[in-house]
Amino acid sequence: MKRLGNRALQMLITLVGVSFLTFCLTYIAPGDPAMMVLEAGDTIVSEELIQKTRAEMGLDKPFLVQYANWVGGLLHGDMGISYSAKKPVTEKLAEGFQGTLLLAFVTIVFVLIISLPLGIWSAVRQNEWPDYLVRFCSFIGVSMPNFWLGLILLYVFGLKLGLFPIASSTITLKGVVLPALTLAIYQSTKYVRQVRTVVLDELHQDYVIGARARGLSERAILWKHVLPNAVLPLITLLGMSIGWLLGGVAVIEIVFSWPGIGNTAVRAIMMRDYPLIEGFVLWIAVVYMFINFLVDLSYAYLDPKLRKGESG
Amino acid sequence: MEKKLDFIRQHRLFSCYTALVILILLIAVFAPYLAPQDPMEGNMKNVLQTPSAEHLLGTDKLGRDTLSRIICGTQVSLFMTICLVLLLVAVGLLVGIVSGYFGGRIEMVLMRLADMMLAFPGVVLAIAIAGILGGSVINTILALLAVGWAKYARLVRSLVIKLRHSDFILAAQVNGTRTRDILLRHILPNILPMVIITGAMDIGTMMMEIAGLSFLGFGAQPPTPEWGLMLNEGRQYIQTAPWLMIYPGLAIFIVVAIFNLWGDSLRDVLDPRQE
Repeated sequence: MKRLGNRALQMLITLVGVSFLTFCLTYIAPGDPAMMVLEAGDTIVSEELIQKTRAEMGLDKPFLVQYANWVGGLLHGDMGISYSAKKPVTEKLAEGFQGTLLLAFVTIVFVLIISLPLGIWSAVRQNEWPDYLVRFCSFIGVSMPNFWLGLILLYVFGLKLGLFPIASSTITLKGVVLPALTLAIYQSTKYVRQVRTVVLDELHQDYVIGARARGLSERAILWKHVLPNAVLPLITLLGMSIGWLLGGVAVIEIVFSWPGIGNTAVRAIMMRDYPLIEGFVLWIAVVYMFINFLVDLSYAYLDPKLRKGESG
Repeated sequence: MEKKLDFIRQHRLFSCYTALVILILLIAVFAPYLAPQDPMEGNMKNVLQTPSAEHLLGTDKLGRDTLSRIICGTQVSLFMTICLVLLLVAVGLLVGIVSGYFGGRIEMVLMRLADMMLAFPGVVLAIAIAGILGGSVINTILALLAVGWAKYARLVRSLVIKLRHSDFILAAQVNGTRTRDILLRHILPNILPMVIITGAMDIGTMMMEIAGLSFLGFGAQPPTPEWGLMLNEGRQYIQTAPWLMIYPGLAIFIVVAIFNLWGDSLRDVLDPRQE
């Protein structure tokens, strides 16, 4: 319980810190948000009007008061109004999040389909041709910029073969395939190595030798004994990927014009839509930490050793 | 000379990759002389030409020679990456040594800050910082430095803490060696190999992140011949001029691959204990 409390406090500090940093950034950034709102609204801009708008937006107050107001709003679930869309920030984020969620889910499924068999294959046939082949592909994947891979997939499957749409402005199942595949290939390069290492580690354990001595078939050893033990270390990695997918895939969302939260964020940054940027950064921080937290919990649940330590 | 040959014989792979890295560095340094044409000079008569004998990799929307732009892009990308990695190492060493050796309140504040950066997906923050400050070469480096230093600071700090209580440091302290000398002559040489390995292995990743930021428009600005930016410009012509998006990406891929191989083999040479 005490550990949980510490953890929560640490998370709170990080949240406050990150949001404060973003707030500072938008404060010192060049450009006047009031000016931008007015210019977006097609009004004739006068000095008087700018002053009035600044007062309405609370921009004439001292920096710390602005931050306090923002945090105050936050506690009521109010993240402010997006400058560019004239909609509440929460609404914009929720819209983008649907796309990102679907993309993240499909990507994880692809990652597992690609990396589990390849990683196991490479470990079981260690230092034989399958192992070399898988490791070579994984190296190629690590060194390839994923937005370039995305462009190539887009060119081949979207343009030349016409199998998938080249841009999806709405969420469709067909549109999610290519961006998810791009992300999955990139992520799989890491997973394959991890799966390989974990399975190799397990294959060299004493209990495997014991099982062999008892005459169990290699297949039974692999499926019944090795793989269940290999799952645990992968969960941390999976958690980190989910956190990363829910926040950091702006580049791929832009390549495929996928309507996700990263896309929203890049547009917000281009238009200097500060409330939306602040909301986005905070949102990502929350999601990321929440998922890390879940990973820790699942770890404690899945590993009997830790579970015992927790209750005793 | 004999010794050098011995080294090369012992570390064949490393020597081979080092030669490739030197080749890339030479291309970067002599880029203006190697490029067949002026990378900045457009020619409206030659817009979006397919690859040919005159323009080996075709031309872009302003009629500029793609090959020349890629060659000169080596200079930009490499310069940015090397600056970034050196800064990361420098900041990491400074913060890590200060907090690891002196401890106390400074350590607490610095390490809380580092934890904060590590508990957060870096790319998102880098995009936000670079975007808000405005896209430019310097801002890109600053943004990636701001999100990347924590990892190095943590590493250096843990290494320093391990060393701080070892006998030779205590002996130096008892002898009355000045703190500055302890740090520079005893601590630094002992932690430098690990930090250099980490930095070298990060070169490829950093290069890709720089290209990614430029691709989004938050890095180098036109008309700079930067690979990520070229990909961004080429993306609009994916249908009519695919060579504009294929070759700059290929350049990133090749250079990143070489630096990754080099970083891995450098680790094997400097730190034979691992694997």
